[in-house]
Amino acid sequence: MIAEVGHYALILALGVAIVQTVLPLIGTRLRDPQLTAVAVPAAQAEFILIGFAFLALMTAYVTSDFSVANVWQNSHSAKPMLYKISGVWGNHEGSMLLWVLILALFGAAVSTFGKNLPRQLQANVLAVQGSIAVAFLLFIIITSNPFMRIDPAPFDGEGLNPVLQDPALAFHPPFLYVGYVGFSMAFSFAVAALIDGRIDAAWARWVRPWTLAAWMCLTLGIAMGSWWAYYELGWGGFWFWDPVENASFMPWLAGTALLHSALVMEKRDALKVWTILLAIITFSLSLMGTFLVRSGVLTSVHAFAVDPERGVFILAIMGVFIGGALVLFAWRAPLLTQGGLFAPISREGSLVLNNLLLTVACAAVLVGTLYPLALEALTGDKISVGAPFFNLTFVPLIVPLLIAMPFGPLLAWKRGDLLAAAQRLTAAAVVSLAVIIVVLALHQNGPWLAPLGIGIGVWLIVGAATEIAYRVKMFDASGEEVWRRLRNLPRAAYGGALAHAGVGVMVIGLVATSAWREERIVALAPGGSVDIAGYQLTFKGVAPRIGPNYRERVGTFVISRGGSQFTVLHPSKREFTVERSTTTESGIHNGWRGDLYVVLGDQLKDGAFSVRVYFNPLVRLIWIGALVMFFGGAVSLSDRRLRVGAPKRARTKAAMATGGK
Amino acid sequence: MSARRLLEILALTLAMGLAAVSPSHAVQPGEVLQDPVLEARARALSEGLRCLVCQNQSIDDSDAPLAKDLRVLVRERLTAGDSDDEILDFVVARYGEFVLLKPRFTPHTWLLWLATPVVLLAAAAAIIFAHRRRNLATEGPKPLTANEKRRLKRLIGEG
Repeated sequence: MIAEVGHYALILALGVAIVQTVLPLIGTRLRDPQLTAVAVPAAQAEFILIGFAFLALMTAYVTSDFSVANVWQNSHSAKPMLYKISGVWGNHEGSMLLWVLILALFGAAVSTFGKNLPRQLQANVLAVQGSIAVAFLLFIIITSNPFMRIDPAPFDGEGLNPVLQDPALAFHPPFLYVGYVGFSMAFSFAVAALIDGRIDAAWARWVRPWTLAAWMCLTLGIAMGSWWAYYELGWGGFWFWDPVENASFMPWLAGTALLHSALVMEKRDALKVWTILLAIITFSLSLMGTFLVRSGVLTSVHAFAVDPERGVFILAIMGVFIGGALVLFAWRAPLLTQGGLFAPISREGSLVLNNLLLTVACAAVLVGTLYPLALEALTGDKISVGAPFFNLTFVPLIVPLLIAMPFGPLLAWKRGDLLAAAQRLTAAAVVSLAVIIVVLALHQNGPWLAPLGIGIGVWLIVGAATEIAYRVKMFDASGEEVWRRLRNLPRAAYGGALAHAGVGVMVIGLVATSAWREERIVALAPGGSVDIAGYQLTFKGVAPRIGPNYRERVGTFVISRGGSQFTVLHPSKREFTVERSTTTESGIHNGWRGDLYVVLGDQLKDGAFSVRVYFNPLVRLIWIGALVMFFGGAVSLSDRRLRVGAPKRARTKAAMATGGK
Repeated sequence: MSARRLLEILALTLAMGLAAVSPSHAVQPGEVLQDPVLEARARALSEGLRCLVCQNQSIDDSDAPLAKDLRVLVRERLTAGDSDDEILDFVVARYGEFVLLKPRFTPHTWLLWLATPVVLLAAAAAIIFAHRRRNLATEGPKPLTANEKRRLKRLIGEG
């Protein structure tokens, strides 16, 4: 019964979404305040209805109702509760439902917290959001209904792919989707501005917090996926330049560019047309990510052609929204007035460079991801585009960006002084050079580019600190004055510096683990041992163990250093009985120099076990860097100016009381 | 496993942002060559060769039997004294261009390799062009002539 109610709620939501799209658009055209005002309750009702449908599906999962086909295909009664819940979005139908739920959540947020938005803008934004909801609700109801029943109901379910039964992966999709779908806010605001033919600095101030929140979640979502790959896939890789990773990375690159260009628009009223276009591009890339992942086109162009229903539907959605927005852009963008002028060497100029390099880097990823698909579809030739391609095209674009990064915040708006900025960065340059020399001395036969990479990471961190030091006059003013300035510095400044420093932390981790990773592949019999990076591992043997829904063979490795034992690692191989597949659980010891990573392989013919041991220096800095970036975003988001959202000073207090977090 | 189920698992993993479904064990102890220089070359070559039955994994990371065969093949050719290029040619002749993770620069990949530099140049040109045009469109006030400067000086002097 609950499934039918959920199904019904979904259809009602479709009706409400149609109302939310059509009436406000007519209202704003006719300047009818009552029709315009429909947008607000409609968006809230849509969220409640989709939320209800989602809870209905979740109930079916939690109670293991195998008469619902979706539950039967993706769950099992013996599965731990966490994975019964995450199973809701661990499949195509459920994940699309989560997608529209988040879309409706953002719509409801705009209608509830957007009281300080001009009525017209708010109604248009909600109408555009509503139209996206209409498209995706139709998609779900027609091609991917999660509430289908089967009769008679099977006795038990088929289970969830074991590699996905993991805490990091349980929360990875929701964060990723908040990121993807969050960019729909920037898109809706852009389209609303185009419909209005009017845009100003306040627009950017409203858009920025939504984009920032989406960006933060996408950052965290991508980092979680990468962290999961690192410990679950059993060889310590963290990024594969795989099409699905690229599908989430492209909106991230474009979204990062959007955050920066919206900054120019907010502060200087410049780059308006470009910012609007970038907002459209960013969400288009999110849609494309959904298409790539959901249509099956990546598995093979051929498979897509055989069962094209879903793929063609999403392709049509993409065509309508991307095409429609671009046509609207071409038609209306010339109406938008140009804003402030600036010299090439200025804060604006540096942000233009940021946008140039980020969007071209994004284009490089796009070409590398789509080219093999296009080539196969057009000529039938199959080629592979893997990591070596991206290392040759993407990295050379990002390195100059990283080197230029500390300069940006030190340049003044309108007209900056590059020489003065360079002087302020002398300390950062000296520290980085010193680090490069030390690292070179320590690794005389290592890859010669790696010390430079570490130097860039240090340059970013010290450069970010320099910005704060300079802004509070750390070395020029009295202690009291510095303290006062530290307290008065807007949180957005701290947030930006933190995020930049986070990039530096990540770069150090990426470079160190790529350059100085150590590896031992050995056959070990119980009692045997292997040395790596100053550690000695002694293999004690393998014992069986029974888990909730798997059986495993657990290896025991005693780790010692300098003769004294200090920890024991238990890598294992799990056999999931229901799903009939195995996973590898690596044993990881996290030391301050890096991770010791042990993987237990198969038993060889002579009774010994194949064992792989890695030492991944500083690898955790990759994810710590991502966390610092996320935290930087959060600090920036807590800035009063963003929280209030609107430039209306008088309403600040009221808005904080009702709308602020 | 039915095709539909497989598709779903793939779709899901895709959604997760990661494609390698199966945990990998890759290079086995028995495969490693005695000569560390040759082994290092073998690893470097393996990283550029795609496991044909996996999703975007190199044979160095994959535990598929076919990947193992390829790894052993690469090592056989290496011990036989082939150069890196000869080995790649040999593998491509057998399995096609698809096996290379770094596509060769041939007419049908010109666009792939050249797209990024072309986009970079075009975007940079567009920025410079837009900047020039705006400077022309909104030229600031003209500098004062010598005559006007003299007048201004006189006026200030008088004030």
